[in-house]
Amino acid sequence: MANIVGVISRISGPLVVASGMSGTSMYEVVRVGELGLVGEVIELKGDTASIQVYEETSGLKPGEPVVATGAPLSIELGPGLIEQIYDGIQRPLNIIESETQSPYIPRGITLPALDREKKWDFEPRVKAGEDVEPGAILGVIRETVLVEHRVILPPGISGKVKDIKSGTFTVEDVITVIEGDDCAHEVRMLQRWPVRQPRPVARRLPPVVPLLTGQRVIDTFFPIARGGTACVPGPFGSGKTVIQHQLAKWADAEIVVYIGCGERGNEMTDVLLEFPELEDPRTGEPLMKRTILIANTSNMPVAAREASVYTGITLAEYYRDMGYSVALMADSTSRWAEALREISGRLEEMPGEEGYPAYLGTRLASFYERAGRAICLGKDQREGSITVIGAVSPPGGDLSEPVSQNTLRVTKAFWGLDANLAYQRHFPAINWLDSYSLYVDRLGEYWDERYDGEWSTLRTEAMSILEDEDRLREIVRLVGIDALSKEERLLLETAKSLREDFLHQNAFHEIDTYASMDKQFRMLRNILTFHHVATEALKRGAQLKDVTELEVRDKITRMRYIDEKELETLDALEEEIKAQVGQLVPAEDDIYVA
Amino acid sequence: MLPKEYRTINNLSGPLMMVEKVTDVRYDELVEIELSSGEKRRGRVLEVTSDMALVQVFEGTTGIDVKTTKATFLGKVLTLPVSRDILGRAFNGRGDPIDGGVPILPEKRLDVNGYPMNPYSRDYPSEFIQTGISTIDGMNPLVRGQKLPVFSGSGMPHNNIAAQIARQSTVLSGQETFAVVFAAMGITFEEASFFMEDFRRTGAIERTVMFLNLADDPAIERIMTPRLALTCAEYLAFDLDMHVLVILTDMTNYCEALREISAARKEVPGRRGYPGYLYTDLATMYERAGRLKGKSGSITQIPILSMPEDDKTHPIPDLTGYITEGQIILSRSLHRKGIYPPVDVLPSLSRLKDKGIGAGKTREDHADLLNQLFAAYARGKEAKELATILGEGALTEEDKAFAAFSDAFEDKYVRQGEYENRSIEETLDLGWELLTLIPTRELKRVRDAYIEKYLKPKIKQDNEGEVKEAVAQNA
Ligand SMILES: Nc1ncnc2c1ncn2[C@@H]1O[C@H](COP(=O)(O)OP(=O)(O)OP(=O)(O)O)[C@@H](O)[C@H]1O
Ligand SMILES: Nc1ncnc2c1ncn2[C@@H]1O[C@H](COP(=O)(O)OP(=O)(O)O)[C@@H](O)[C@H]1O
Ligand SMILES: [Mg+2]
Ligand SMILES: [Mg+2]
Repeated sequence: MANIVGVISRISGPLVVASGMSGTSMYEVVRVGELGLVGEVIELKGDTASIQVYEETSGLKPGEPVVATGAPLSIELGPGLIEQIYDGIQRPLNIIESETQSPYIPRGITLPALDREKKWDFEPRVKAGEDVEPGAILGVIRETVLVEHRVILPPGISGKVKDIKSGTFTVEDVITVIEGDDCAHEVRMLQRWPVRQPRPVARRLPPVVPLLTGQRVIDTFFPIARGGTACVPGPFGSGKTVIQHQLAKWADAEIVVYIGCGERGNEMTDVLLEFPELEDPRTGEPLMKRTILIANTSNMPVAAREASVYTGITLAEYYRDMGYSVALMADSTSRWAEALREISGRLEEMPGEEGYPAYLGTRLASFYERAGRAICLGKDQREGSITVIGAVSPPGGDLSEPVSQNTLRVTKAFWGLDANLAYQRHFPAINWLDSYSLYVDRLGEYWDERYDGEWSTLRTEAMSILEDEDRLREIVRLVGIDALSKEERLLLETAKSLREDFLHQNAFHEIDTYASMDKQFRMLRNILTFHHVATEALKRGAQLKDVTELEVRDKITRMRYIDEKELETLDALEEEIKAQVGQLVPAEDDIYVA
Repeated sequence: MLPKEYRTINNLSGPLMMVEKVTDVRYDELVEIELSSGEKRRGRVLEVTSDMALVQVFEGTTGIDVKTTKATFLGKVLTLPVSRDILGRAFNGRGDPIDGGVPILPEKRLDVNGYPMNPYSRDYPSEFIQTGISTIDGMNPLVRGQKLPVFSGSGMPHNNIAAQIARQSTVLSGQETFAVVFAAMGITFEEASFFMEDFRRTGAIERTVMFLNLADDPAIERIMTPRLALTCAEYLAFDLDMHVLVILTDMTNYCEALREISAARKEVPGRRGYPGYLYTDLATMYERAGRLKGKSGSITQIPILSMPEDDKTHPIPDLTGYITEGQIILSRSLHRKGIYPPVDVLPSLSRLKDKGIGAGKTREDHADLLNQLFAAYARGKEAKELATILGEGALTEEDKAFAAFSDAFEDKYVRQGEYENRSIEETLDLGWELLTLIPTRELKRVRDAYIEKYLKPKIKQDNEGEVKEAVAQNA
């Protein structure tokens, strides 16, 4: 069938209108102008199509051709995705550099996302004659030291394995032929999937297992579950990106997809330079060996920014379907929403709140809905998950705006960043009074099983001390510190210790940057043990000053710098806390018993 | 093919002009407009359909009439002719020389819009620039290739600070070729000549390129001025391997020009009437800073903007802060106290400091010290607030020590002379000296080893007994 060729009739920024386009469909990819810029049909009226163009449109003129491709915006799936850096429509940025020999991104360039020459060792997992269904693992490839790439039978195909190969192949080689009911399907490692369409799963499951991040305020206070969703809203400089980077580094996911959506170029460079050097704390291998980067920075074309989150989530779904736990970070979803707003404005659609299109809420919801824990397609019932963490950049830090509000409606953990905390360099600046996680109850059960039922108790007590602090500080502000009893003053000390010695965590300190749950639990227990024995000591006549100036308090301050391999020193510290505080109690404590 | 002339101008509105019955017009191309008086103006195609082009006229539409004015579509986008001779020259906001010199004999002509840098091709900025200003070097260090704006307000000394940075900036590793690109958008003649004078006095003028759109120059031209400057900076940095410092002032005037066009186009406005694409538009400029792999030059940007009503949540500072790699915020209350430079260190930030400081770059203790100074100053300011409500008596001894610290910090560390050039060692040592005012056990953000090495207890002759006591505790 000959391709439909239309003609440009209007150009306005990233929006191009073309006539003579009847026969094309919504979201079909087209090539625009003599340069063949990549675009996508986003509105059809009669034979006129409105097209969002993923590249700079400068220099285009009416009358130039628009060629339809017949396919919706799709990405390539197969081995070779890990360790790559792509733009919003999956063009490999490293290859663009080497092809163009230029540090700038030219227009009209098309390059395959996956290397066509590279040969992969394919090891079959099915035999000729076997019946296979969608999701069946046909074979595996060692994609990186950390990732076994499972070649799965795409949705929609089933039948008998006619022929299966073993050996080294390129992604385009046929590795197996499946005899279907009415025809034979040639299957290659290279598969394609339209980004706006979620990939199917067999069954969805509720998230019940924690995704460990190594960040104390998150794991202990506002945890996220594998397959869950979280949002990180905050004004500029409050630490959204650092949190996202920390999660990309330390989260115990098997695959990480990091989307730099309309943010700074240097932040992507940072990841590119740092991740190959950083070791995964669990495997000792470079973190890059499990990471895919999507970079559509703020100065890159705005329409491709809109596409970037879909490209990212589709990659995440592909690895989920192999049975992996995938974590996806999108920094920032607000920039994605702004791209949506810009295109909507050019289409002259009726604006909703603050100029955003009325469908902003449904788009956001359907994006976050692609997160989740699920049983994948395939007989083996393997489980995979996608955890989505989206940064939100509210104008002026005010959460009453549409992107924040619509995001809050669909995400289950809320890590609210507080400018005042950031100004004091209390990082991560997650406000402990406003933030929440709806996964706490489920994950509490999980941790209580592992920590003898103590975890939830400690967490709840720590939270309530921080809440009490807030109330007591208000009193201090109104009438002064003298209004407080010594027990109340001790509580303020403990709250301060919780904030400064536990919640505060320096992302740039070689040890403090990551804390295992074993470490977090012990740190928290020590702070609260101190609080308990000190309260007891005060009751029995000890002086507040003597309690707060004990040497163990310095050790509590330094707990964060204790290496993961020496956690037993934290247990020893607990004994020392009890011993030192115990010595403060006056020998004849019966004076106070009365 | 000769460019076609059109006399089919129709519909003038604000800075916009509609030309009808056109053919072969390209989006974004440059337009030359000739008035009946012979005056020539320039414009740019904002939108084009099969028979109509919407043109933004840089010099405004005053005097253009629909009958006699001619529009010629030049078939190319706006370019800047560049060559090595561009150093030391001054241009207007459209790129024409205004220094009486000959036009640049171009080595090449560069598209002023530039192209997006491939993030894969960037090199991470990590080379510390010593500005000699403690609040920057010590607290919010600037590195080569960073974009660090100054958020100011009317009547505050942002120009003096920018000039001081331009004057004093050095890298610790030694001499390399540097250049200054200065773009003025809607600032007064007086402000512009302040910079020129300063550049002249220091001899920097030889290595400076200026693009001046002053307050009485056409407002719409301001849209192009920073782009010309950045194009020039890219040429100097990446073709001629220079370290370029770009000063863009005042970005607020730029944004207002953008708003004017948006309003004339009747676009759906975002916050406070600014177009929804303001973020993207600003990013296409601010992101033209940085370093590239395999190139020795760099572009460091210092955009200056005045915050309307000193409000940093106003869309212009807000969106800028979301793009730039930190911000230096000036405080009116420090300014009123007579403190120069009135840098409000708490909300100020340098995002690239982490890889630019430390052993081998500045000094091993820098990061810890900076975190400690931030925390102590925040706490001291809070204690002072409490004291204003409840009186000194409501403060604990510790709080009093912190309050004294924050006063001393503003007076000794923040305050410095406009021509005082402090070395990084001086700045760091000053920080440690101030930390002697608070109890050592409160120094939780610094490693013990550094406390031992750098904290030199110094009992000061102080009127306040409490402070002496606190200091004595350290000894
Ligand atoms: N729950 C909270 N949410 C947001 N900010 C908070 C909260 N609690 C405290 N803060 C902020 O934290 C800052 C530091 O708190 P605080 O003054 O308690 O620290 P500190 O001075 O080091 O300890 P101390 O209580 O002993 O004086 C305060 O400026 C306050 O604005
Ligand atoms: N956990 C942390 N530890 C240390 N510094 C941090 C931490 N989080 C944020 N910061 C500091 O705050 C700055 C701004 O953080 P960033 O994540 O870039 O903010 P945002 O993305 O919200 O604008 C960083 O450059 C860093 O200096
Ligand atoms: Mg960020
Ligand atoms: Mg306090």
